[in-house]
Amino acid sequence: MKENQVQPATWHEIILATLKQNNVKLIVYVPDRVFTPLIKALHADKFFATFAATREEEAIGIITGAWMGGLRGAVLMQTSGFGTIPNALASLVVPCQIPALIFVSERGTLGEFNLGQALVYKTMRPVLNSLAVENVTITRQDELAFTVDRSIKQAVATQAPVTFILSPLLTGGKVFEG
Amino acid sequence: MTNAKSSGSTRAHNAKIMNRFELTKRLVGQLKHEEAVIGGIGNANFDLWASGQRPQNFYMLGSMGLAIPIAFGVAIAQPHRHVFALEGDGSLLMQLGCLATVGERAPKNLTIVVWDNGIYQITGSQPTANPAADLVAIARGAGIANSAWTADETDFDRLVTTALKGGGPNLIAVRIDDKPAVATTDRDPVQIRERFMRGLGVKAASA
Repeated sequence: MKENQVQPATWHEIILATLKQNNVKLIVYVPDRVFTPLIKALHADKFFATFAATREEEAIGIITGAWMGGLRGAVLMQTSGFGTIPNALASLVVPCQIPALIFVSERGTLGEFNLGQALVYKTMRPVLNSLAVENVTITRQDELAFTVDRSIKQAVATQAPVTFILSPLLTGGKVFEG
Repeated sequence: MTNAKSSGSTRAHNAKIMNRFELTKRLVGQLKHEEAVIGGIGNANFDLWASGQRPQNFYMLGSMGLAIPIAFGVAIAQPHRHVFALEGDGSLLMQLGCLATVGERAPKNLTIVVWDNGIYQITGSQPTANPAADLVAIARGAGIANSAWTADETDFDRLVTTALKGGGPNLIAVRIDDKPAVATTDRDPVQIRERFMRGLGVKAASA
């Protein structure tokens, strides 16, 4: 971000602006409560083509095709959804060298109330690390634009996927209300 | 294949059982404008390879079920190019939700071809959930109105010709025999992806 620009106020505004700066136009998601303001803003901005897939690995397939056709895309999901995509990563994205941009709303830690989420959470980084898929955990808003911008550029330049794990420290996470 | 369980069946009970390689050649023979073709895992892929290695072909080596999502992504990126997904019945049953996504987004330039032999041929010919599942009825129910079973080779040619005029999404379902594919692909994912991107004009051919 240039110094004379006004910094956007929220994490989701920063992500939207950074996607736009990097010409990432296709957004395919499986819904998540924490990501709701981001998804709503993406739908409202006609720069982006934004829609839901029925399953996270389907979303990975769609943005893979889009990349090969010359269009940059990102997928949004929550931690539990990550559990559906290791095969798509290991047999499509990684061997084909696709710069998939994967945003995960981190569940399962820092106040999780659902044991299932807490267990899937434990598998996520080991899977990414075993596949040598770049993954960055973002906890601070003042590092968000730099991290996302540079990581998108690296993904494209090196033809490699990147996973952005957005911590509850950044987004506020989801808390037990019942 | 014969015992349709509901009155909503779309099956043509006299539909001819055809051969995947022969029909793949007929499909490719109609492609005059560098249309993209995504081959699903297994024999769909292998017979596409055997039909001639066009630069606009992508051979999916893993990720069972994702041929249609990949083709859909290409169709979004290049709305003026027609895109085909060739998928087996077993692979489609693994990722049925993608039909609803395609039905909702309604890409005009996407055609899905389903090779239905009722078996997971490449893993030992175990039966799929067909014939209980009528994939054309499922596709129509998911919003892909232009979905049809194919009566014979001439009907297949006609359905492909119609699909190429736009007005998609289309789904063409074909009952096929259990003959194995006539060749196998090379298995070099980077080379396949790179060639495909050059074939689509995304990367310069000489770069």
